[in-house]
Amino acid sequence: MGAVVDTLRLTAEAALGLVERGEISPAELHAAYLDAIGTRDDELHAFLRTTEPGEGSSIPIALKDVISTKGVETTAGSKILSGYVPVFDATVAARCKAAGLTLLGKTNTDEFAMGSSTENSAWGPSRNPWDPTRVPGGSGGGSAAAVSAGLAPWALGSDTGGSIKQPSALCGNVGLRPTYGSVSRYGIVAFASSLDQIGPVAKTVRDTALLYSIIAGRDPHDSTTAELPEPVRVPEGDSLAGVRIGVPVELNEAEGIEPGVKEVVVRAIALAEELGAEVEECSLPRSVRYGLPCYYLIAPAEASSNLARYDGVRYGPRSEGASYRDMVEHTRDDGFGDEPKRRIMLGTYALSAGYYDAFYGQAQKVRTLIIREHREALERFDVLVSPTSPTVAFPLGERVADPLAMYAADLLTIPSCLAGLPGLSIPAGLSEGLPVGLQLIGPQFGENRLFHVGHVLEQAIGFDTVPERMR
Amino acid sequence: MAMSRDEALHVARLARLALTDEEVERITGELGAILDAVGIVGELDLDEVPPTSHPLDLVNVWDDDEPRTSLDLDDAFANTSARDGDHFRVPPTA
Repeated sequence: MGAVVDTLRLTAEAALGLVERGEISPAELHAAYLDAIGTRDDELHAFLRTTEPGEGSSIPIALKDVISTKGVETTAGSKILSGYVPVFDATVAARCKAAGLTLLGKTNTDEFAMGSSTENSAWGPSRNPWDPTRVPGGSGGGSAAAVSAGLAPWALGSDTGGSIKQPSALCGNVGLRPTYGSVSRYGIVAFASSLDQIGPVAKTVRDTALLYSIIAGRDPHDSTTAELPEPVRVPEGDSLAGVRIGVPVELNEAEGIEPGVKEVVVRAIALAEELGAEVEECSLPRSVRYGLPCYYLIAPAEASSNLARYDGVRYGPRSEGASYRDMVEHTRDDGFGDEPKRRIMLGTYALSAGYYDAFYGQAQKVRTLIIREHREALERFDVLVSPTSPTVAFPLGERVADPLAMYAADLLTIPSCLAGLPGLSIPAGLSEGLPVGLQLIGPQFGENRLFHVGHVLEQAIGFDTVPERMR
Repeated sequence: MAMSRDEALHVARLARLALTDEEVERITGELGAILDAVGIVGELDLDEVPPTSHPLDLVNVWDDDEPRTSLDLDDAFANTSARDGDHFRVPPTA
């Protein structure tokens, strides 16, 4: 038993069916995924470490390495947390465990989830299953590559400005960045607390909804969480009748969107119209031009504060120093990689006396404008659509020397993240043989609406999530 | 918007980072370019716009005032190399 499972094609829902019908045991299924990892992960490096099944009664899951897992090393892709073994589970990890899911392992991430390619991981980059010379996106490239290559039925990622949606798009998966406040951040290695959200990566919209239903809801350990206004609905149906879809010009015609990406997205929008949706252009006049700059002030400012805790005292490696201050400064210089250092410096500068109002204070006001623009658009429309990423997966090494080029990868995902809104990326087709993601943005707590529209479109598009070279 | 070497050193000191000379030089250049790109937020006249620090309308989240167990001491020290009794040992602060 157990040898006949094709993990490449198996959805989480189908895997759940196999376990429920007793056709395979949780341990056998877990072993089948570990076998797949053994076969394919030397090339892809999606996992930082794998784990044995434990006592779960259901199917396995992979967790991004920013999620604390009791007894299992959690580094957030950083040397400064090497050897760190959490003494408690993050709420999302505990909820997965309570649902019977077994932990397959921890997936690779850009250091502290700062990046768009996983090339900032202290442990080396992951690679895209569709073309291993290209990045899987980031920061959650490990989770996205794992699901795409059949190394996990589903996974959790974390998204601050696009770290779930963008890698899902680049690897041909479905990824949900939930409404801010709908999923607990307790036990997550913090990057930017007013933006960070945990969410699912899966092969289908239905799997995404199932996993979201496991992790979502208020947590007494995280006072920024809220009760969901309605239960999660796993989507069904094949019609978009009555659905109003807005196409924001600025998100769909931004400079840098590749023609092949645009073509796939235009085709998906036309398909939505054929399926009964009312489609109309709309505008988010300032959200795209000012979104990226606003984000790169707010997120580094919050990061500079959150990362102050890494001082070599209570956990992580410690460097030598004659004085306390000397020890802390050298521990931090030795332990952090280039990107966290850049963002700590940028954030500290934006928060420092004399610059606070012009940078951080101004960015917080821009955030208000962006929230207002999205709210107005979503009064007229049920969902807004755009490409998830302006480009398909780019070659490894292409952007590492140019931070601004790397930041631009999140141009289209950032505005709705700043507004705290949920976003779903679904695979919409191929350009140059590589997956293109369609981004669907909804109102706060509008996940069920996103699942419905995403599911209907997914069925009509019929995208094959298995990378062509692995079929 | 260029950043001077002295400014970079000041910020590094605030951020508790003992950057090497090579890092100071490189990061100073990179931050100049990034500040140029993000500085465009200054184009907007936002005097009348309130700032947002948090995207949800949550105010005062209350919990029952009930005692709960907290982290066990051995757990709290589980990840340090410098436990000294019930304290973390560090170099002199002076």
